[in-house]
Amino acid sequence: MPNNVKQFLIVYPISPLCQALVKNAIFILTSRLMCILLFDMLLILMLMVGINVEAFDTPNESSKILSSSELPAPPTEVLVKDKPNDAGGSIIVTWGKSADDVEENELVKEYRVFRSGALDGEFELIGTANKGFEKFVDGTTIDGTQYYYMVKASDGVVHSQSAVSEAVSSSAQWFHTGRISMLVATVIICFLILWFIGKAKKGEKLYIRPIAGLEAVDDAVGRATEMGKPIMYIPGIADMDDIQTIASVIILGRVARKAAQYETPLLVPCCRSIVMSAAQETVKEAYIAAGRSDAYDADKIRYLTDDQFGYAAGVDGMMLRVKPGAIFYMGCFYAESLILAETGHSTGAIQIAGTAMPSQLPFFITACDYTLIGEELFAASAYLSREPLLLGSLKGQDMGKAILIAILIGGVILVSLGFTKIIALLATG
Amino acid sequence: MKKEIPLLITFIAGMVMILQFFIPHRPFSDLQQLFNTWFLIITVFAMILGLGNLFKVHTKRLQRRPKGWWYSIVLLAGFAIMFTVGMVWGPARGTPFDYLFWNVHIPMSSMMFALLAFFVASASYRAFRARTPEATLLLVSAILVMIGRVPLGNYIWDKLPLIGDWIMSYPNMAGQRAIMIGIALGIVSTSLRIILGIERTYLSGK
Repeated sequence: MPNNVKQFLIVYPISPLCQALVKNAIFILTSRLMCILLFDMLLILMLMVGINVEAFDTPNESSKILSSSELPAPPTEVLVKDKPNDAGGSIIVTWGKSADDVEENELVKEYRVFRSGALDGEFELIGTANKGFEKFVDGTTIDGTQYYYMVKASDGVVHSQSAVSEAVSSSAQWFHTGRISMLVATVIICFLILWFIGKAKKGEKLYIRPIAGLEAVDDAVGRATEMGKPIMYIPGIADMDDIQTIASVIILGRVARKAAQYETPLLVPCCRSIVMSAAQETVKEAYIAAGRSDAYDADKIRYLTDDQFGYAAGVDGMMLRVKPGAIFYMGCFYAESLILAETGHSTGAIQIAGTAMPSQLPFFITACDYTLIGEELFAASAYLSREPLLLGSLKGQDMGKAILIAILIGGVILVSLGFTKIIALLATG
Repeated sequence: MKKEIPLLITFIAGMVMILQFFIPHRPFSDLQQLFNTWFLIITVFAMILGLGNLFKVHTKRLQRRPKGWWYSIVLLAGFAIMFTVGMVWGPARGTPFDYLFWNVHIPMSSMMFALLAFFVASASYRAFRARTPEATLLLVSAILVMIGRVPLGNYIWDKLPLIGDWIMSYPNMAGQRAIMIGIALGIVSTSLRIILGIERTYLSGK
């Protein structure tokens, strides 16, 4: 027993029970102090040999006895850069995989990415990346602020950390450098279109190749008129924010004018309210332009439902009840395309379809009499109107295609000859 | 002014959308999202137009009693029931609205989708009749791809799956990409016509 404790007991005499309690308490306290001292020494020793002490942060983890051989190898070469071609607020962090990041090894389960505003500041966890990954995009940065990054390879319990990266800051860019080739292509195509529009304005005659599906539009309207049956026009199931629907509404204007001239009823079941509204205006104007405003009936351009298969069921029902003489499918279609086209086929109507959905084209080709494939849908308005300005744009579009074909052939030859730099030149980011 | 203002709006909106594609800097980068939000707001209001049209058309049908007029009763009753239970109990899980949605609407949609299998069969039958060289080519390609994609194909000849994959990866892919390039050019041309006001059918029918 220490001397100062003996003195304490002499100076302040207490009962033997209390003496025993005090002795035990002092013994326990002394033992705990020694344990804590030993533990601290162990931690200092571990720090000196490079073992990560975060493993002891939680009670469960602290109970695990670790040796340096259980630690994963740290990630290497942490590189940081501002994310290019963005609106700012993002930094890309890349690193070399830990040597223990291999399939058969469980030492690395994830990478933890830490960030600090100062080299010697506190690093905070900002995200994780799965095993096998070497990249993390930090989308929470403030433009112009400098950051330092550090990556830890972790098995979920123990971690080994990389060196701290260099300082980096994010910024916004004013031009998307990965889209230079697209800009050049857009400028060339726009120039060609405008060039041919200019030529058309001057009165130059432009040859446009015949498109069977569009040549048949008049025949289809005429056939429905002869049979005394209505025409059905289906503008697809997409909304007005889809360019195919816009093209479809434009074609609807042409078809409506012909229907008005022939005095044939025109039914337009719509899947979207805005499309219905736009279709009503377009058909109304077409009837006015044809001098048949009295024949216009707004109820024939009706809204059915936004639901894809509900719409298909509604249109199928209409087809089977009214038995139209001609059916047009123009616009964006998905799985309902064949349901509609096959039902239309069963009614005996002449069917003309047009869509820019490559996956639906085979169905329309199979079930319809004529199909406008992709670009022909967009050419239809100009083709049907025969207006010089619109035909000029069509000619420009064809010239653009010719240039693209030349680039494709030239590119294939150059790459085959080993000039692979052409790929990088034309690539988009 | 009736035409000029919509044309001006179209021109500005079109040019802004083109610029935002090439300029990632704010405010351009946020404009697409902003325009999409505006479009959604307009769509919600346009729903009222759609519903109004639906009611108008079917109420007229009930008054005039044309052939099949009772379907309009089913439609209006269905709308009234769903609207009422939705407003009274809300659309949360376990409510009558939820029950009707999962036990009436979804099975009917699935039934329509399932019809596709029969339509595919009937359309394939017509398409695969080898009456022309093109149809024969289509028939042969389809048989090779279909057999190559099922275990039986591998059992018959282990090269059949490879032939099926080759047809899908090369001739089919080349054709699809050609169509996609044409579509892209068509979109550029149509967009340019609309932005520059050359195409005005959607405004005036002229």
